[in-house]
Amino acid sequence: MIKFLSLIVVAVFSLSLPAAEPRGTGDMGIIIERANGSVLIIETTHNSQLYRVEGLGDLSHASAVFSRDERHAYVFGRDGGLSKIDLLSGTLLKRVMQAGNSIGGAISQDGKIIAVSNYEPGGVKLFDSTSLELLSDIPAHYAESKQSKTVGLVDAPNQHFVFSLFEGNQIWLLDAHNPKQPKIQKFADIGLQPYDALISSNGRFYIAGLFGEEGLALLDLWQLDKGVQRILPHYGKDDPKKPVYKMPHLEGWALTDDYALFPAVGRNDVLVADRRTWQLVKKIPVYGQPVFVMSRPDGRQVWVNFAMPNNDTVQIIDTLKLAVMTTKKIGKGVLHMEFTPRGEAVWLSVRDEDKVQIYGTEDGQLRGELPAHKPSGIFFAARAHQSGL
Amino acid sequence: MAAIAADITLQRQDELLYLLHQDCGSCHGMTLKGGLGPPLLPQVLQDKPVELLSATILFGRPSTPMPPWSFMLNADEATWLAKHLKGQAHD
Repeated sequence: MIKFLSLIVVAVFSLSLPAAEPRGTGDMGIIIERANGSVLIIETTHNSQLYRVEGLGDLSHASAVFSRDERHAYVFGRDGGLSKIDLLSGTLLKRVMQAGNSIGGAISQDGKIIAVSNYEPGGVKLFDSTSLELLSDIPAHYAESKQSKTVGLVDAPNQHFVFSLFEGNQIWLLDAHNPKQPKIQKFADIGLQPYDALISSNGRFYIAGLFGEEGLALLDLWQLDKGVQRILPHYGKDDPKKPVYKMPHLEGWALTDDYALFPAVGRNDVLVADRRTWQLVKKIPVYGQPVFVMSRPDGRQVWVNFAMPNNDTVQIIDTLKLAVMTTKKIGKGVLHMEFTPRGEAVWLSVRDEDKVQIYGTEDGQLRGELPAHKPSGIFFAARAHQSGL
Repeated sequence: MAAIAADITLQRQDELLYLLHQDCGSCHGMTLKGGLGPPLLPQVLQDKPVELLSATILFGRPSTPMPPWSFMLNADEATWLAKHLKGQAHD
């Protein structure tokens, strides 16, 4: 009897432990601590840190994608490490060194394949998302004995991936229905030095930014026979390009009902293109060279951060007026921004001040702050359900 | 060499190293093993003279993404960084 009672006591006690309380992960996310090879697991309901996970190697340029159940984060490190993290337990489940130097990755439409984009050796590798076992290796050969760094890797509908070749000036469309023998369709001469790319949230338009010349390269995945079109080809013709102190990123999709917004390379402008004709509508003068141009989920605001020496500031663009409405001094080294899934708040990493700040987007007021060691990328689990992220 | 190091305060040396790893590192990697830009490790740079590296830092390399840093570094500081990259002691 005593034994029986004590079993009940143990059972009741363990139920009352907070750790045993089941929870979802839809309000969770990770913050990269770039200098220490660690990530923070956070939640955005109470704005708190839940765990720090260590041992992820060189995360100086790191990004992440999430499993379709939002339980696991896959982190792509600079040193070629691919790490799988359990958000609920805050543990590193597995880590493989898959290349010498890596830039980012993507997860397939069905969640079964992780694709990683590598600089050295240049190419893309596909992995099983459960076991992280290598499925195939796709070196980015573009000429006799030449292999390109790959950039702008995204997932696309119908179990495809798309990426660009920085030195090879190409876009490759990868059909991964059979991930051990993927089929590749190549688009050559897309423009000089694509440096990053994005895909529209409906998975239709893949757009690569060009560093070596003005303009962007657009591939309509619904009409592949049209090939790659050049858009915004002369955006800087009256304004010579200045040196670039931080490569812009194309991520997410800054778009309103009518317009798409992009960072200009080497100029203090955000470019506005008409979404139907892809013609340049306006250049919005901004505080510095834009790095991220990111839309609040509803498209009403676009937040912009800048390359050094202007990386202490962000600006908010009003997308009806197509003009800067607010300029905010945040702190030194604003590297990345992430909106909560429905956009009521935005998290900003402030690298040189070792903290993450949380602002309300309606009133622009500071809502909270978390300490973080040299924070860079912020990635929320809700990305699991957005194509291209 | 000693004279150059002496001209750059310890605080400024810290700032230069922070710049090197955090900002140069955004292209060359925080550990300087390379990224979109080439690796900057001593074994890779051993055949490159300090003057060439210093000029590259100050004036950039046209038609590549490497920008000029002369707006925030002077010649002594660029030379100090070039020597640091080659693994030459400043003592």
